[in-house]
Amino acid sequence: MIRLANEIEVIISSALDNLDLIQTLTDCITNFMSFDEDSAHWIGMSVRESVTNAIQHGNKLDLSKTVDIRFEVMPDRLSISVKDQGNGFKADDIPNPLDAENLLKPSGRGIFYIRTFMDEVEFRSLSQGGMEVYMVKKVSSN
Amino acid sequence: MKIEMRTVGDVRILDCSGKITLGEGTMAVRNTVRDILKDNGKKILLNLANVNYIDSSGIGELVSTYTTVTNNGGQLKLLNLTKKINELLQITKLLTVFQVFDSESAAIASFS
Repeated sequence: MIRLANEIEVIISSALDNLDLIQTLTDCITNFMSFDEDSAHWIGMSVRESVTNAIQHGNKLDLSKTVDIRFEVMPDRLSISVKDQGNGFKADDIPNPLDAENLLKPSGRGIFYIRTFMDEVEFRSLSQGGMEVYMVKKVSSN
Repeated sequence: MKIEMRTVGDVRILDCSGKITLGEGTMAVRNTVRDILKDNGKKILLNLANVNYIDSSGIGELVSTYTTVTNNGGQLKLLNLTKKINELLQITKLLTVFQVFDSESAAIASFS
């Protein structure tokens, strides 16, 4: 079986000003892939949350560190990888925002939203240091 | 992010429009509500009808603002949630925290 894929890679500095650039790029890709409006919105939000985490919590706003965002456009799915150069974290250690004691906390919902809206989500520690968030949205799950 | 304030009786209505995202958007909400509390305003209604985008930081700011207002003896309620904001609040169980209205008059009446 031949599977054609198009890859788009963008490397940004750890400035929050870059979030709108990545959001715009994501919107272009989901529009190109003809995702419905809701799916496109939630994919865009998931990418934005991942890149925000990479810049803010991973690279700690250090402008000398980069965030690598890679989109793989396939006929049946969009996969997205977001890599930072931080110290990493254990996704399983993140408190559940639905627990009563966390309900009124001002932060801690980003990863929950990513896991809710994407079909596959993996958090990978990179051998060279840093963290990768890998996520997939299937076209058929529109 | 833009916020316009109206006053109906003793209720401050904040008509929010644009994006509530990390940074400028969240600070706008925080600063406006802080000023209302300084002015001894206790009844605040956030009209979110024209908020076209919100991220987890924006949702967190709504929660933080709710806590601040409540701790200062006030009430903060939400008006005209968009479908997407409603979904984000629902899946994180925050609809059990906020009082939400689709009617401005009903929301204002609920403060009295």
